[in-house]
Amino acid sequence: MTDMIEVPIEAAGVPRAKAMLERAEWAARAFARYDRESVAEIVQATARAAAAAAKDLAYKAVAETGFGVAEHKVLKNLACSTGLLDHYRGHDYVTPRIDSEAKIVSVPRPAGVVFALTPSTNPVATVYFKTLLCLMTRNAVVISPHPMAKAVCAEAARLMHDAAVAAGAPEGIIQVVEEPSVPLIQALMTDERTKVIVATGGNPVVRSAYRSGNPAIGVGPGNVPVLVDATADLRRAAEHVITSKAFDNSILCTNESVLIVEESVADPLLRAMRGEGGHLLDADQAERIRTTVFPNGSFDTKMVGQSATSIAQQAGIRVPQHTRVLLAPFDLVAPEEVLAHEKLCPVLGVVRVASARRGIDVARAVLRISGAGHSAAIHSTDPQTILDFGAAVNVLRVSVNVGNSLGGSGIETNLAPSMTIGTGYLGRSSVGENLQPKHLLNFTRLAYNSDDTVPFADFAGLSPWAAPAGPVPSYPHASNVSTPQADPAPARSATVSDDGEAQLREDLRRLIIEELTNIIKG
Amino acid sequence: MPDYGVFSFDSKDEVLAKSKEFWNPGKTDFWIESGVPLVIDRREGYLIYDMSGKRLIDVHLNGGTYNVGHRNPEVVNAVMQAMQHFDIGNHHFPSLARTALAEALIATAPPGLTKVIYGSGGGEAIDIALKTARHATQRRKIVSIQKGYHGHTGLAVATGDDRFAKLFLSDSPEEFVHVPFNDHDAMHDALRAGDVAAVIMETIPATFGFPLPHPGYLETVKQLCEQYGTLYIADEVQTGLMRTGELWGISKHGIEPDMLVTGKGLSGGLYPISAVLVSERCAGWLTEDGFGHISTFGGAELGCIAAMKTLEICNRPETRSMVHYISDFMANAMRSIQARYPDWFIGVRQNGVVMGLEFDHPRGANFVTKHLYEGGVWAIFSTLDPRVLQFKPGILLHPELAEELIERVQVAIGKAWDEVRALPRTQRIAS
Ligand SMILES: Cc1ncc(COP(=O)(O)O)c(C=O)c1O
Repeated sequence: MTDMIEVPIEAAGVPRAKAMLERAEWAARAFARYDRESVAEIVQATARAAAAAAKDLAYKAVAETGFGVAEHKVLKNLACSTGLLDHYRGHDYVTPRIDSEAKIVSVPRPAGVVFALTPSTNPVATVYFKTLLCLMTRNAVVISPHPMAKAVCAEAARLMHDAAVAAGAPEGIIQVVEEPSVPLIQALMTDERTKVIVATGGNPVVRSAYRSGNPAIGVGPGNVPVLVDATADLRRAAEHVITSKAFDNSILCTNESVLIVEESVADPLLRAMRGEGGHLLDADQAERIRTTVFPNGSFDTKMVGQSATSIAQQAGIRVPQHTRVLLAPFDLVAPEEVLAHEKLCPVLGVVRVASARRGIDVARAVLRISGAGHSAAIHSTDPQTILDFGAAVNVLRVSVNVGNSLGGSGIETNLAPSMTIGTGYLGRSSVGENLQPKHLLNFTRLAYNSDDTVPFADFAGLSPWAAPAGPVPSYPHASNVSTPQADPAPARSATVSDDGEAQLREDLRRLIIEELTNIIKG
Repeated sequence: MPDYGVFSFDSKDEVLAKSKEFWNPGKTDFWIESGVPLVIDRREGYLIYDMSGKRLIDVHLNGGTYNVGHRNPEVVNAVMQAMQHFDIGNHHFPSLARTALAEALIATAPPGLTKVIYGSGGGEAIDIALKTARHATQRRKIVSIQKGYHGHTGLAVATGDDRFAKLFLSDSPEEFVHVPFNDHDAMHDALRAGDVAAVIMETIPATFGFPLPHPGYLETVKQLCEQYGTLYIADEVQTGLMRTGELWGISKHGIEPDMLVTGKGLSGGLYPISAVLVSERCAGWLTEDGFGHISTFGGAELGCIAAMKTLEICNRPETRSMVHYISDFMANAMRSIQARYPDWFIGVRQNGVVMGLEFDHPRGANFVTKHLYEGGVWAIFSTLDPRVLQFKPGILLHPELAEELIERVQVAIGKAWDEVRALPRTQRIAS
């Protein structure tokens, strides 16, 4: 009668990781009942703790992964901590929404347990980002960092967990897999306790997220064309493209890949770019870059996030000391041209076109190679060209007159600030927007009879949620021991006064401006 | 026809008939008469199935044996893999698995415990502890509490209730003194003469219905032990392995016992093993005559491997946190059920997921056990105080199963109350 026992041998770490999911379910169950104020305090405290560690962890990330620019990572870490806090201040993903017109009440219902995969390229920023989104929406998160960045991500997750719990969050609301591996990720993705997978990383990871049988939000890769037409402000365009391409040595998936420039303005644009630290390669040098960056025709991951000068050196090219971006000209955008592929390093392909119309065709060609649904940029003052570009090119966001690295990710535009760029149906993804809190929850809709004779009730001031009474869970003291008085809500007492708040925001603003200026100065 | 490979039966009735004929007529009849005609067939996680297919949530767990669930896949895996290489082993020799488990147990033990002695069951481990105490102190007397329970082997049975000792003419009141639980003075009187080898205490007496030690009681007992040169043996067979939200219940009292006994859940319910952890002061005989206690199956290597995996599971921070969640959940759930039946469901004794539910009738828990069984839950009354239901949720209980469990418990408690209220007056009087 009893079936033959057939127990699959699980890879190391899998049982422990499954225990995390199990614990996360308890935590999520508790968190889903928190009220708005409690959630706001937790989000704020956690974002602050993250911001305070932004710099330290940026340097640690560079040290651990060996790529990127620490100062730029500081900026991303701030953008993904207090930056998010500011952006979503006043947003409410907790309180039921009452639409008396439609006679519908919408009750926010968190996903529950979010399984978040984070990449090596933006390790800390993505941990910050996904974690804060989860907290805003009352979800528990289990993070599986990229193995190359596991130590720094674990540190980031732990410090956020401790800050969140100190502010009243349920224990275990943020957990991190310390030793990620392919079989482990596979096991957690397919586990039924995972309620949604949020996958940022390479294509294989994203595809297996969608294959898992669980709801998934995964996004495709980028390969960003940027068009500069004859109407563009060339000086600014040059500055934006170079700064964006140089940002964190091109490891944001939003970094520009191929510059498409109208012939009539190509020379002045390239001259202006040289002034910003762009170095134009000749045909022979471009060939050397091909074989160095794409040995055997495929991108060498050792090049990820390396500096322009280091890549030039490896290719045996002498470039000025201040070079930030290598500009590699070529003619035909087609799959066999490696320079037309995504390049997570400061090498920018350059293609000259006869007209803006041709530029749009070439941009489409770039995106046929890869990056569909992701992002593109345009520098132009002609609204018709801008509109035609946006309507023709297969992406879901176009940065206009701004660098795409920070433009597409919503840091220098008013798109939702995000480390996860939804590539939509164009890019085989379930989400077409920048990932934001609303993607991590559903609503239960209380829908009244639409007949006018049936009255809608007055829900104003009612809430199904409550603040936690003490630590969650409470410590299991024996029931005959008079429990030591629950610490008088440490969360509440830790709230900084309005003055302190203002000061902190001012400090952060100053810091961000400083960082930005440094970046622009190079 | 239920076919189990090595054996088969025509029906459940056949099993029950043959159980009476060839095994234990008293026990077989007892359960049938109690309204719990259970023959456990399939088992998985915290679910067990009667031969009829009836599904039950297990909150008896055989006293915590299935603490990490029935056939926990991790433990099953460990044992199956181990069977490619190991068997019980030879009890005379130093062994791979025994050494590894001993080291793991000591690494996570309360401070002061330094060596491990193995048995095959709880009773044997208790006997080992008592023998060890006698050797170390050169005294014979053992003090335990009335209605304590430490098993039915030779020495253990004498520490327990007369019901089991007298049956086999195994009571010996001169050497085995029983004092009332939670009575400081009685304990002091028993130890005062300075002739007691050991006090043996369950950290929370299970079979007595988990009455909780008064705050300070265990601490006082330990202190009296120190004062009179008596050893303190912590029986953690039912309170260990994270059930109180810490690995060992005794640690929550800040007590460093001279010996600690563990069994039941230690090996995930897959391979019998028990262990006594002893301090250096007690460990003398292991050097003086290492063959002093011999047990062919004690410390069987397969059991050691099952235990190492189980111990690892119990010790995970995630597990500890979950026990806190489950404990918190159960406390709240019981509070709300109590509010519905204040005259019937009169008390909750709880320390983590070690729980005793008190009902206002001398045999209240018998009724509840029966109605729980009908409602798909298996929980046992306390043999030595049937007012109290032992309620022992697993430490890895899933939130949804926890909610389902409470739904069933709530209804069963109500039905048991209806039955008790309908009894003739004379049978309804509480003790
Ligand atoms: C507290 C306690 N100690 C010892 C024992 C004896 O264990 P075993 O039945 O394995 O001999 C039991 C068994 O119920 C027990 O509950």
